[in-house]
Amino acid sequence: MKKLFLGIFVVTALGAVSCKKKKVNNLKEEFRVTYADIVHASYEDSYNKAVEMQTTINSFVDAPTDAGFTACKNAWLAAREPYGQTEAYRFANGPIDDANGPEGALNAWPLDEGYIDYVDGMAMSGIVNDGTTTIDAATLAGLNEAGGEKNISIGYHAIEFLLWGQDDANTALLTPGQRPYTDYLTTGGTASNQDRRGDYLKVVAQILVDDLNSLVQEWKEGGSYRTSFLAEDIDVSIANILTGMGVLSKSELAGERVFVALDNQDQEDEHSCFADNTHRDIILNFVGIQNIYNGAYTRVDGTVVSGTSLADVIEKQDKKLKEQLDAAFSAANAAVNAIPVPFDNALTLETAGGSGAINTAVTELQALGDLIAEMGSELGLTINTALPE
Amino acid sequence: MRSTCLFLIVLFLVITACSKGKRFSRVDELSGGTNGTIYDQSSAAFSQIMPAADNQQELLFAVGNSFFNQNWVSSPASTTARDGLGPLFNAKSCSACHFKDGRGMPYLGAGDNSNGFLIRLSVPGQDEFGENLPEPTYGGQFNDLALPMATDEGNINVTFEYITGTYDDGTPYELRKPIYTLDDLQYGPMDPNVEMSPRIGQQMIGLGLLEAIDESTLLRFADENDADGDGISGRPNYVWDVTIGATSIGRFGWKANMPNLLQQTAGAFVGDLGIKSYLFSSENHTSNQSTLDALPDGGVEEIEVDDLGKVVLYVSSLAVPARRNAKDKSVKKGHNIFYDLGCVKCHIPTIETGSSHELTYLNNQTIHPYTDLLLHDMGAELSDGRPDFLATGNEWRTQPLWGLGLIETVNGHTFLLHDGRARNIEEAILWHGGEAEQSKNDFKALSAEERADLILFLNSL
Repeated sequence: MKKLFLGIFVVTALGAVSCKKKKVNNLKEEFRVTYADIVHASYEDSYNKAVEMQTTINSFVDAPTDAGFTACKNAWLAAREPYGQTEAYRFANGPIDDANGPEGALNAWPLDEGYIDYVDGMAMSGIVNDGTTTIDAATLAGLNEAGGEKNISIGYHAIEFLLWGQDDANTALLTPGQRPYTDYLTTGGTASNQDRRGDYLKVVAQILVDDLNSLVQEWKEGGSYRTSFLAEDIDVSIANILTGMGVLSKSELAGERVFVALDNQDQEDEHSCFADNTHRDIILNFVGIQNIYNGAYTRVDGTVVSGTSLADVIEKQDKKLKEQLDAAFSAANAAVNAIPVPFDNALTLETAGGSGAINTAVTELQALGDLIAEMGSELGLTINTALPE
Repeated sequence: MRSTCLFLIVLFLVITACSKGKRFSRVDELSGGTNGTIYDQSSAAFSQIMPAADNQQELLFAVGNSFFNQNWVSSPASTTARDGLGPLFNAKSCSACHFKDGRGMPYLGAGDNSNGFLIRLSVPGQDEFGENLPEPTYGGQFNDLALPMATDEGNINVTFEYITGTYDDGTPYELRKPIYTLDDLQYGPMDPNVEMSPRIGQQMIGLGLLEAIDESTLLRFADENDADGDGISGRPNYVWDVTIGATSIGRFGWKANMPNLLQQTAGAFVGDLGIKSYLFSSENHTSNQSTLDALPDGGVEEIEVDDLGKVVLYVSSLAVPARRNAKDKSVKKGHNIFYDLGCVKCHIPTIETGSSHELTYLNNQTIHPYTDLLLHDMGAELSDGRPDFLATGNEWRTQPLWGLGLIETVNGHTFLLHDGRARNIEEAILWHGGEAEQSKNDFKALSAEERADLILFLNSL
């Protein structure tokens, strides 16, 4: 009798388990499509905003004015808004950072600004002032990371430096870099090689637009990566997605982007140090992770792309873990938004290991990363959140 | 009772059915042990932290990484954490020579940047610590770069000599031997007896695990007088250990001339970048280059103690990629050939780490580095003619082979050996001489297919 009872129990339990598994698997499949839609929409927004920035930059370089320069800077800041959220798709075996991926060309940082243009005390430093270097796309792309990982010649942060210039070491001024627009005036301008600087700016904007376009092509309906992504084993996809979220949260964001700058007390280690836009970078990276979890991305025009979410998957698999994740997202959201602005000054107001706003953000993002890895274990996957740097 | 068992079995099946994603299971594929192996095969394969490090260590690793990657600047600079470069240097950052924590490139011709290549200098004799005597003017290392307000030491030139040979099956091969000269010397002539040793930067993976091997384990591999008569006589180098002020067994560097990663790291900072630390507090120029003394300085410690410690933690914690294709049929054949040729006598496949390293995740790991960390006579053709502590010109430390097959992915080249002269694995084998002469000749006697299998095996490491 006891045996029979146990037998029935086992079969019933097994039935319940396999039924739940099926539901979870269906949700996973639906979520994967949502993910692909979100990725595509956010790269498309990034591309469109980069094109707008390029147009603004081209007009400015052709006829430099102070107002035109400000317009370029605003266009750069606007272009960073969608792109920052796409960083949650990194470290996920996708086209952004595969063997030939454009990540290093798009977003490499921190950069040695003296590699590009003049810096304080070195008026003729950098590629801009080296008349022997041709300024075209192939040459500048070839010089990226040549002779060191921080010899960055192209990407968002190269443009940022060309627009803002070096930030003052005195972060208490609360100002970003103060490059004058006259650095681009070919007659009566400031600094040297204004024409080369203008050409440089145009070329890097073009490279950025091209690289973003390649990502849009990979992820669009029928695009090469999207097609293979939707056809691969669902668990491979989920493991890659979770790895990307976990690595960004725990290692890249908490470690490289926030803790390193705090520990070194050095604005050279903040992500957007010339524009003082690092607070947005941190928030946008977090929002990108949250978009995947919530299965929803708000486009730059305000419309929302959404579908079955990761939260839906995990809710079916383990309700309790979902509640923990909800709480962790909410705590991390509060923490990244509580970091004072500008970040370069904020990091001088606390020390590593303390209980200030930046430390709290580090702790919450690490905890979130750990929970994302746990979500993987719960789904039968092994997630490594260490950073491939 | 039986039903309970049945239940447990069913439960077990359900659980295992769900646990997908573990791609490697055999222990011998875990090159860096359970704590130090990662599964990345991309260009970031050499750049990952060991999975057993905790959250706090991961943050410090990130800081160490930033110091490793970042270009150092001349002082004074607004960024006080990273000023003090030069005045003489070979590179502005660690990552310039160990790009993506990988392997440097040899110097291939005029106008080339030395991305991971340098030339050590000395004159015959040793100081009271057993260390080489530096060249009186240029010091222990040729610095081909300098700050704008200073003058570099000169130029490196290279010419190549081509050596041809044939395998026993008649297939020809060609080796390329670089011959380096220094010219345009900016601080006067060099001592006529100068000894030069060209070196390339090595990949950084698994170094902490090598440091965690007990000295007694290494001594067990040694056979200084070839007591077993197999023609292989590995011996340890004993080198000056600055921290303890005494001699220690050497583990790191091409001639095992560094006792630990702290000294290796601090030595590279001062020798290659001109960055002083508490361990090495003098700039890398000599009293015969006193014009350089007048230049601004980043302070007594240009990298501070705790920052140096974080770089050492970083250097100690880079994980080893797991083996790829270990179950491939040809790879397995190549594995057997590797054993048959006696390569494993020096390239020891399996070692247990000790239990006393302060980074506890490095302890008690079964690792597969394929080295004994000992010195071996590699023959006159490979000699640099420059002794280094106990090492003679002919002697070199057995290179670890883990990660070998990923160098091309990470660094885009396959240059091997101390000066990068071998253009691929096959050439590296053919350069073996001295104690490895027999193994090399046995390699030449293999069929083309067997040679290819062996290379496949080496690329799977």
